[in-house]
Amino acid sequence: MDFLIFKAPMLMVQASLDGILLGILFALIAYGMALQWGVMNIINIAQGDLVILGGYIAYTMYIAGIHPAWGVIVSPILMYFVGWGLYKLVINKVVDRDLFISILATFGIAIVFQQLMNFIFGADVVVAQSEYGTTMLFDNSVTLPNSKIFSAFVSLAYAVALVIYMKKSKLGRAIRATAQNARAAKILGVDTEKVYAATFGINAALCGIAGALISITLTLHPYVGLPYTVRSFMIVIVAGLGNLPAVAISGMGLGLFEEFADYILGTEFRIGAVFMLLVFILVYRRFKLSKKREYLK
Amino acid sequence: MEKVKQKDLILYSGLIILGLVAPYLFSAFKVQLTYLCVLIVLAMTWNLQGGEMGYNSFGNILFYGLGMYLTASVQVGMFFPLAEWTESGGEKTFVHTTAQYFQGIGVGLLVAAIVPALVAGAIGYAILGLRGHYFAICTLGLGIAAGEIAGGIEIIGAGQGFTTPPFPAEIVDPEARGKFFYFTSFIVLVLAFIFVKYIYGSRFRLILNAIRDNEDKAEAMGIQTMKYKIVGWMVSAFFCGLAGGIMGGLIGYIDSTDVAFDGREMGVFMVLMAILGGKGTLWGPIIGATLFHFFKEGLWTFILGWQYVALGVLIVVIVIYFPEGLMGWLREKYPERFGEVIDEKDRKSQVELK
Repeated sequence: MDFLIFKAPMLMVQASLDGILLGILFALIAYGMALQWGVMNIINIAQGDLVILGGYIAYTMYIAGIHPAWGVIVSPILMYFVGWGLYKLVINKVVDRDLFISILATFGIAIVFQQLMNFIFGADVVVAQSEYGTTMLFDNSVTLPNSKIFSAFVSLAYAVALVIYMKKSKLGRAIRATAQNARAAKILGVDTEKVYAATFGINAALCGIAGALISITLTLHPYVGLPYTVRSFMIVIVAGLGNLPAVAISGMGLGLFEEFADYILGTEFRIGAVFMLLVFILVYRRFKLSKKREYLK
Repeated sequence: MEKVKQKDLILYSGLIILGLVAPYLFSAFKVQLTYLCVLIVLAMTWNLQGGEMGYNSFGNILFYGLGMYLTASVQVGMFFPLAEWTESGGEKTFVHTTAQYFQGIGVGLLVAAIVPALVAGAIGYAILGLRGHYFAICTLGLGIAAGEIAGGIEIIGAGQGFTTPPFPAEIVDPEARGKFFYFTSFIVLVLAFIFVKYIYGSRFRLILNAIRDNEDKAEAMGIQTMKYKIVGWMVSAFFCGLAGGIMGGLIGYIDSTDVAFDGREMGVFMVLMAILGGKGTLWGPIIGATLFHFFKEGLWTFILGWQYVALGVLIVVIVIYFPEGLMGWLREKYPERFGEVIDEKDRKSQVELK
């Protein structure tokens, strides 16, 4: 094994820390995906593009002279309304239908979003400088940007807040009731239409937070949304719907996988490795289930 | 019965004659006509598994791109070292003679048809065990992964692309290149149509429909569904590979994500065309592809820059409002034309019930 990463153990530490911090961010996006999948039974291919849009909101603030970290508060508020509008325009027509229709319709939305972002923000790779500096660990051999640590903490804080909100608030209970049985919830007086709109809005807001964090930790580009969709899809199918600790753990696992793939295979194969992992996970689950003569449904 | 046969005969011979004279009638649009043929082939073969089998694949672009790279690689590799060719990029250090060019592309297209079909057969057992949207997402991932991986492989040009051999300079007729690619694609189209038409009249189609309607029941009836699913996918892959090979030669330049594994364009187009025309019908994808092509060519230049926005909106509108497609709409409107007999009494009672 003639790879640099196995010769220098410090690189392993670096990759692991990077991967875990990144994974928490992925888990946040995946939580939004699990929420809408569980409640509305749709798979949103435009998830990643919502993330990127949220990132561009923070970037716009950065250009306007405001510190991009404020994006983690502004971006979710704006994105909530984007999500709400999107639901009223398109998503409400695909909720009760075949999953393939929701996949294809959100694919169309994704294309529109990508192109509009390309028009508005340009096709350059951009990053919002947080100027948080870096932390040096282990005798300066491991560098850790403070923005990544910041993003991990913000993600965790929001995730915890959301869990409490879903448990305690009236809307949270209505959302959980609708997820369990939409018809029964309707009979008992829950306005499911409102719940769906709110769910999609919350999902978009989560994407907004994640996007704002990505704008300071990673880079933004109009066309990089799809990998985020696939990552969150992967995390959800590994962790299952509505199991938050598992979402966090599999998010970190994915982050670790990506960082190690980056070192071992090379950066040019990083996205390819993510998509291949998706295929492998699905095929693995297919064979595991087929032993019991079941299938993924 | 005799009458119907005669009508069909007139229709088919009319279409073939139209196909043969089209490049002379619309001489300036030969490239567009070639595109049209390729699009129809892609839509028709996507429909075989998306519409008939109910396995909505986003990943047939995998076979298209594979066919494209294979044709070009074989065409170059048969006569010259492939690595040096791609390294030199656009520089023409090696030149194909006329005979070499046609031999190369002939063998290349053959390989481009067979290898993707074999690949589909090899991965079919694993992938086709997935159902519904898991299959859709898995194939989407496959198509994109293929593009990303191809973009990292040096011998086929990696990120800088792969220039396919130029049309031999010894042929002076400036029309020859367009005619050659048009007629190649037209032959592929005719072959694909005959094949699909044959499938539509066979037991195979009924089995595919049974898989679509209820796979568990089909299995319980004693049909080895996996076998038929794999064969259905292989047929799609065969023609997708051929179509890709032709397009590679026509475009003259292969880029991993923008031309070959172009999930954003071709990969979506083939699904969209089949749905637009009507999934699960013989003529639906053909009509859908033709309409889509005219729409695209007519509008693309007027809305320059906004074409992807238009494409996205088009996808959303078609999927939400016309999921049955044009043929489905016609069928709803004129069921008698499709050989469906309606019991007037029964219909009336249904209306009254409503």
